Amino acid sequence: MAKKIEGSPGYAPGTRVSTKDIVQKKISYSWWEPEVQYSWSMGQAMSKFIMGLKDGKILGRTCIKCDRVLVPPRMFCEYCYGPTDNWIELKDTGSIETYSISYLDSDARRIKDPILIGVISIDGASPQHGFMHYFGEMTKEEIHIGMKVKAVWKAPKDREGAITDIKYFKPLKGGGKK
Amino acid sequence: MNDVAVIGAGMTVFQRRLKETGKELSYLATKMALEEAGITKKDIDMVVMGSAPDAFDGIHQKGENLLDGAAGAGKPYVRVFNGGGTGVFAPIAGWWHVASGVADIALVVCEEKMGNCYPHPQTAFRHIWDPILDRPLAPNLVWLFAMEMNRYMTKYNIKKEDIARVAVKNKRNAVGHPCAQLPDEKITIEDVLNSEMMAWPVQRLDISPPSDGASALIFCSKDKVRQFTDDPVWVDGVGWNIDSTMWTNRDLSFPRYVANAARMAYKMAGIHNPRKEIDFAEPYDPFDYKELHHMEGLLLCNKGEAPILTREGVTERDGNMPMCPSGGLMGVGNPIAATMGQKICELYWQLAGKAGKRQIPTDPQVGVGQAWGDIMQMATVAVLRRG
Ligand SMILES: [Zn+2]
Repeated sequence: MAKKIEGSPGYAPGTRVSTKDIVQKKISYSWWEPEVQYSWSMGQAMSKFIMGLKDGKILGRTCIKCDRVLVPPRMFCEYCYGPTDNWIELKDTGSIETYSISYLDSDARRIKDPILIGVISIDGASPQHGFMHYFGEMTKEEIHIGMKVKAVWKAPKDREGAITDIKYFKPLKGGGKK
Repeated sequence: MNDVAVIGAGMTVFQRRLKETGKELSYLATKMALEEAGITKKDIDMVVMGSAPDAFDGIHQKGENLLDGAAGAGKPYVRVFNGGGTGVFAPIAGWWHVASGVADIALVVCEEKMGNCYPHPQTAFRHIWDPILDRPLAPNLVWLFAMEMNRYMTKYNIKKEDIARVAVKNKRNAVGHPCAQLPDEKITIEDVLNSEMMAWPVQRLDISPPSDGASALIFCSKDKVRQFTDDPVWVDGVGWNIDSTMWTNRDLSFPRYVANAARMAYKMAGIHNPRKEIDFAEPYDPFDYKELHHMEGLLLCNKGEAPILTREGVTERDGNMPMCPSGGLMGVGNPIAATMGQKICELYWQLAGKAGKRQIPTDPQVGVGQAWGDIMQMATVAVLRRG
């Protein structure tokens, strides 16, 4: 028969240690730093999209059956599960779907000048179709959801076929007001 | 399908770093669950292990590494994994081992050791982003949640102080939990609003901490349950659902995949009106806003209404619809998969009347627990009922 317990969990096993215990070697530990590299083929859809960015173009893909313009583009539609139909060139403008003002870098280290980051819905694509990118030429007070923005591109000679061929999105002239 | 009952549960202390290995933590949590059920390893037919990304522990395919500690050696054993959803998905897998009739008694063990990873577990999270579109932007995982929180706040015009109330409530609820990492009886809304800005709108006290810990749960078939208890707690329904990985193509203001998973679980449990028929919930709360987001996803209130109900005290332990009476991830800690301890073990303890200082005073009969994971897309839900 089960044990009668007044308050469960009745106890809390485990031994708390602090970073200090580790630094001062008060507990035994082993250490390892993995060294490994990867390369990823971008595949059919992303290769074309990324090479489009190198040419200064944002490309989408249509699904006629679902009446969708897909950004990021894919070769198949996840809803109707058929092949998508055509490549389509879109404007390099859009609106801010959501954003954050980040004081953290990718290792959670603190940074003084915040990064403005968010999702842009690209004009001419289906609603809420777009990608994540940085924002610039705006203050953290000015940025807002729904703000109209335009891509700022690297100079053609500096582009390398990457999402970072767009430097950031800036307020679209006349579209920056709250 | 066979009816499935819970007969025992256990959990270790949750802490930023614990001395014990993952294997040892699995053993400690399992031993506790076996003691509560009044059984031994030989009574266990099958074992399910839940553990989230290998990158935290730094041990690939860590299911094998944890095996011996989880009483799995020499038994049918499987590790399941869907990121943050694992803490409720592992018990769902344990449930189907028994519901299908292949096991009479199934043990579920969940483990996480995030403290192994340097400089910070966030560094390992870098590896879950899309390598082509996202990683060149050097993202931090907190960005995702900051963007979702902002979208949710903006769409429903929610004030940060109404979100901070969740952090306050859960850290206070955790005061009665012996395993809690961040209980705080005295915390105020101002403390949360004045805490360090991480990625607006997310501040330090809006986030649950990374933790080490383990939890365990034992399921038993209806045929055998009377050997162990006269007052079983039953698993009435389970559900899970995942949305497209194209997260930049989704409206982040409402987690429709949570609603899909909830509908699946409610249908199985014969629940038609969740707001009336469910007495309390353990929605997944790795961030304070997520409790609100998930209350809405679990169809326990209207869209945008969760912050209002929270402000009115409805979700307090003695309110009409208590949320996270365990103290949740915000108060007890967030060793990812091991949060089964708050999300499912707590349902069992509450429904069995064993929750001690955390006991909901209104004699709850039905509770729902939920977890959430992958790239803001995975929902796992379970409904438990007192026998
Ligand atoms: Zn389609």
